[in-house]
Amino acid sequence: MADVKMIATRDSYGNALAALGAEHDDVIVFDADLAGATKTSVFQKAFPDRHFNCGIAEANMVAAAAGAAAMGLVPFASSFAMFAAGRAFEQVRNSVGYPRLNVKIGATHGGISVGEDGASHQCCEDFALMRSIPGMVVMSPADDVEAKAMVRAAYAHQGPVYMRFGRSPIPVFHDEADFRFEIGKGEVLREGTDIAILANGLLVAEALEAGKALAEAGISARVINMATIKPLDEELVLKAARECKKILTCEEHSVIGGLGEAVCSLLSEKLPTPVRRIGVNDEFGHSGPAGALLKAFGLSAEHIAETARAMV
Amino acid sequence: MTASEKKQLMAAACKVRMGVIEGTHGAKSGHPGGSLSASDLFAYLYFKELNVDPKNPKWADRDRFVLSKGHTAPGLYAALALRGYFPVEDLPTLRHIDSYLQGHPNMNTVPGVDMSTGSLGQGVSAAAGMALAAKHQGKSCRVYALLGDGEIAEGQVWEALMFARHYKLDNLCVVIDNNGLQIDGPIDQVMSPYPIAEKLESFGLSVTQIDGHDFEQLEAAFAKARETKGVPSAILMKTVKGKGVSYMENQVGWHGKAPNDEQYQQAMTELRARLAEVEGM
Repeated sequence: MADVKMIATRDSYGNALAALGAEHDDVIVFDADLAGATKTSVFQKAFPDRHFNCGIAEANMVAAAAGAAAMGLVPFASSFAMFAAGRAFEQVRNSVGYPRLNVKIGATHGGISVGEDGASHQCCEDFALMRSIPGMVVMSPADDVEAKAMVRAAYAHQGPVYMRFGRSPIPVFHDEADFRFEIGKGEVLREGTDIAILANGLLVAEALEAGKALAEAGISARVINMATIKPLDEELVLKAARECKKILTCEEHSVIGGLGEAVCSLLSEKLPTPVRRIGVNDEFGHSGPAGALLKAFGLSAEHIAETARAMV
Repeated sequence: MTASEKKQLMAAACKVRMGVIEGTHGAKSGHPGGSLSASDLFAYLYFKELNVDPKNPKWADRDRFVLSKGHTAPGLYAALALRGYFPVEDLPTLRHIDSYLQGHPNMNTVPGVDMSTGSLGQGVSAAAGMALAAKHQGKSCRVYALLGDGEIAEGQVWEALMFARHYKLDNLCVVIDNNGLQIDGPIDQVMSPYPIAEKLESFGLSVTQIDGHDFEQLEAAFAKARETKGVPSAILMKTVKGKGVSYMENQVGWHGKAPNDEQYQQAMTELRARLAEVEGM
């Protein structure tokens, strides 16, 4: 695996914004004193007159982006997930969601892989918050290739979008040449019939590792990348439930309100199926290196494989 | 301002007030007090100041108005209807289950509404974002926002004003309706925002203090705002909450309560008499 490229999806976001900005004059970017960390600085360097620092004032940033969208521009507003989805929740709800304005929220530093900064900055609630807003698209990419394609798809989509990117470098496993991304479509990365593992974000690579380990143990695990959490690819989830009979969801998010709960809601109403959810178990994170934290919170290939084995 | 122009504005303001009473009476709820304190402003904006076209509400280069104090939608709706955006006869459907006239402004259902508002403090940010975008797009249009004096307790208002000053948004004019009352009582008792003018000045805005019921002062303040370069403008207007309806004036209880049938008749009688008086001038 020495030749696998490792890229943080926040870097993908910054690069994708700069590429998008070169093609479309109506793309503008707002940041809240975190341009260096969210990587909107890449766009800022390329297009300084289209990048607007709002200072440490996320509530104003989000509603100002709504105003810019009402004028016909396509603003990307960025901060850490904790502040974009958390602090500015009500601005997203009332000034972006309710008027259905064309604002794209690019939130970085989602989940506990933020690492050393600790719980105050480790947002594990953003999917839950953003999913609750009518009409909001909620997505989290699995690698660099998908993250860049997602930014383009978000631009092409008319209406509010929330995207969560990560701080820590993760493996790039998609082939850029033939990768196609579509909002609301899951991606089967590995076929299997004994259990379906549905993951997003950095846990997709872990789920793929788990899939390999399970195969060695004689278990056929289907691995699906659910990059779009809302709208959920219901057809793909139902097919997986019908064919594999068991579902395991994995996300770097609270088990409350994210992908796991979305899948449970769907299945409980349309096709009751045993589900287990891997995620952050209703607790706060804490400081530490990202890799060690992910292991400590059970967000790892080993824990995914172990849980899957226990289910089959 | 000519005498006849002033007379027309006074008549329009009177009709806005009648629309406020029609709307809130029809809704059996809503916010007449702050709608009436800002009725002269609504009339001035839609019959004098704003460069808009009711036949083409989405005209890209129009001036924008954001009602940051969104609960005073009855006043905005009355002005929009009188200006020709939709029928005046629809005003009494305010807040009805099948009406497009939502309790707080909805830009997707009400022609002429430039931003959905209602959650206090957010409209002024949206207006600042519009002003920034307009400059970026090279548009010469202007952006106006109306805030309540209770609303400015929201921290986001000051984030927005800092942003507006930082980006030199001289195409933005914020108006503060200083009627002195909010839901729970006089503003200086609930959470004093005073001194308001000094706070605005310290944020770098060009501030003008006026009587918000005097059209000549409104005209002078907006003219000054249009000529101000490099910084956003603020107009701090002293007003009377419930202005124009005797039993509502300066009464905190009329912040968010509708007139009953008897009160409706009395208000309309007073406003009709006032309109006749203005038209006889």
